[in-house]
Amino acid sequence: MATRVTQSDELLGLDRDKLIEMLRWMILGRRYEQKAAEMYQLGEIGGFCHLYIGQEAVAVGAITPLRDEDYVITAYRDHVHGLVRGMNPRAIMAELFGRIDGCSKGKGGSMHLFDISVNFMGGHAIVGGHLPVAVGIGYAIRYRESDAVCVCFLGDSVANIGAFNESLNMAALLQLPVIFVIENNQYGMGTAVHRAAAIENLADRACAYAGMQGWTIDGMDVLEVRRTVEAAVERARLHKLPTLVEAKTYRFVGHSMSDPNYGHYRTKEEVHHFKSTDDPIKQYIDILKKHSMIEEADLDEIENEVKAIVEESVEFASQSPAPPPSELYSDIYSGDYPDIKRRDPWRW
Amino acid sequence: MAVVTYREALNQALREEMRRDPDIFLMGEEVGAYQGAYKVSRGLLEEFGEWRVRDMPIAELGFTGLGVGAAMVGLRPIIEYMTWSFALLAIDAIVNAAAKMRYMAGGQFKMPLTFRGPSGAANQVAATHSQALDSWYAHVPGLKVVAPATARDAKGLLKSAIRDDDAVIFLEGELLYGMKDDVPEDEDFLIPLGESEVKRAGTDVTIVVHSRPLHSALQAAKIVEEEDGISAEVIDPRTLRPMDIDTVLESVRKTNRCVIVEEGWPVCGIGSQIVDDIQREAFDYLDAPIARVTGADTPDPYAQNLEQIAFPQADYIVKAIRHTCYRE
Repeated sequence: MATRVTQSDELLGLDRDKLIEMLRWMILGRRYEQKAAEMYQLGEIGGFCHLYIGQEAVAVGAITPLRDEDYVITAYRDHVHGLVRGMNPRAIMAELFGRIDGCSKGKGGSMHLFDISVNFMGGHAIVGGHLPVAVGIGYAIRYRESDAVCVCFLGDSVANIGAFNESLNMAALLQLPVIFVIENNQYGMGTAVHRAAAIENLADRACAYAGMQGWTIDGMDVLEVRRTVEAAVERARLHKLPTLVEAKTYRFVGHSMSDPNYGHYRTKEEVHHFKSTDDPIKQYIDILKKHSMIEEADLDEIENEVKAIVEESVEFASQSPAPPPSELYSDIYSGDYPDIKRRDPWRW
Repeated sequence: MAVVTYREALNQALREEMRRDPDIFLMGEEVGAYQGAYKVSRGLLEEFGEWRVRDMPIAELGFTGLGVGAAMVGLRPIIEYMTWSFALLAIDAIVNAAAKMRYMAGGQFKMPLTFRGPSGAANQVAATHSQALDSWYAHVPGLKVVAPATARDAKGLLKSAIRDDDAVIFLEGELLYGMKDDVPEDEDFLIPLGESEVKRAGTDVTIVVHSRPLHSALQAAKIVEEEDGISAEVIDPRTLRPMDIDTVLESVRKTNRCVIVEEGWPVCGIGSQIVDDIQREAFDYLDAPIARVTGADTPDPYAQNLEQIAFPQADYIVKAIRHTCYRE
């Protein structure tokens, strides 16, 4: 699918615990999203809900090598990034349910997850809107002379928006430790990448910015993603240089819950092909098995653990109360909202 | 107290606040080496260095969003627009990000951002560079909007805006930069956001006005006093959101008549909201319909004669006062 950035030990010298931890995150991501789909169909989750099924290798490969002080920011397909970054799975599910124990008290929803206690900076739902925000986090990192980095995930369609150029230019110009990870899942909603971008590999656009590297990789290979992002993190941490990574991946499900898995813009055969030959979890399990790192019994154990987490998240979310009406006007300003009764006399 | 220009007052506010708090930085087009397109940031690069006074490429969306990101992690950015007309390119970052992100995150962080730059009427720069979009920003929950009309207010309000933990839209009058006024030199001189000021006391009619037309309104008040014996009270809300409407209501309950003046367009303007507040809360006190004087409902024309009539002039305000006081 794409070229490798470096050739080295297939398992990157990671010990078994780390390798299994990555697998656990991928499986949790998959099962969590499958459960979210189920809850959406039951009417527990409303609005737009974009699932990450098929793309797990990107978030897991890019987030697991980060340190606590690093930052992660992403677009609206954000549940799994939040999970892998360390958000409480219960708080995410409660947010999807629109409940008070959600990470944003039920006021952000699926597309706007935030947890600053783990430096997870959102959850942003305007395509391209969060790129300048990521650059601002990078600016703050250098302002404070910290050696943290910021990993910013973006969809393939962002490469065509003005904010992409503005952001990458600023990051390169000011030498900010930001790693832009394009998750190229082949479609911006229903528009194939080649119908939207006048370039084959989106990462090639990095050549427009001095000091920036652009790497296109197989985003279905979690170890390849990790290896690449580790290299990008090192450039950012040590040399304050931004990198543009394009991870070629595929979503196995529709753009959002309202889009069928296949139909108008992609065929059943295409989806089936990717699922049967390119499933990032299956591929990773095969590699781990080849290296005798895992057996069926381990997989069962992971599945059971993950199932318990997912079930518990749903149970927690179901029990959590809806936000009280007083939440309507809280968190708009740092103090109380001024003059609620004057502005809004009949709601109370 | 010293007599200084509006420009110098803003410069003092920036300098004093940046000295006080190392988390504050100023960013925008031409703020550093060029010393500010309107020289508001004169000398700041030399004093604070490039990380705190940062020249940016012409990329309003980019550096506005940058400010949002830096504010989310605790810095206190001041984002300068060369004019507020250019901020139209950054509207997503202002409305969708700066104003709403705190809410969408359930209050997990603050948004201590100040967006500032020249706004309103300017001299013959025509429609894309001369406009007052005050009501656009005042419409948005999550933003605070400030529009000082004097050097003293500019200093005291900018210092408060910078110290505020919410996103503040700070609209400087493009034609006010050279205007002089008594300005306190005290570093702790602050004017709280959300406080109107009675700029001229009166008993017969209330004029509510902000930004540059304040000066036309004061002129008009003088004219009607001399020529018609009408005593006009002039109130400048100074902060458009949240607005101190109580001071206005108190005055209207006394004068029973009101004229509202703004540079912006008439439809859904700042004055529309003030009219609504007055009719709800002081309906029984009104002896006449409220009059509004606004910018013409047109793009700003280039030709000097047309431009002159496009923005509120003292004589329009005089007419409106006489009409409201049934003196025609």
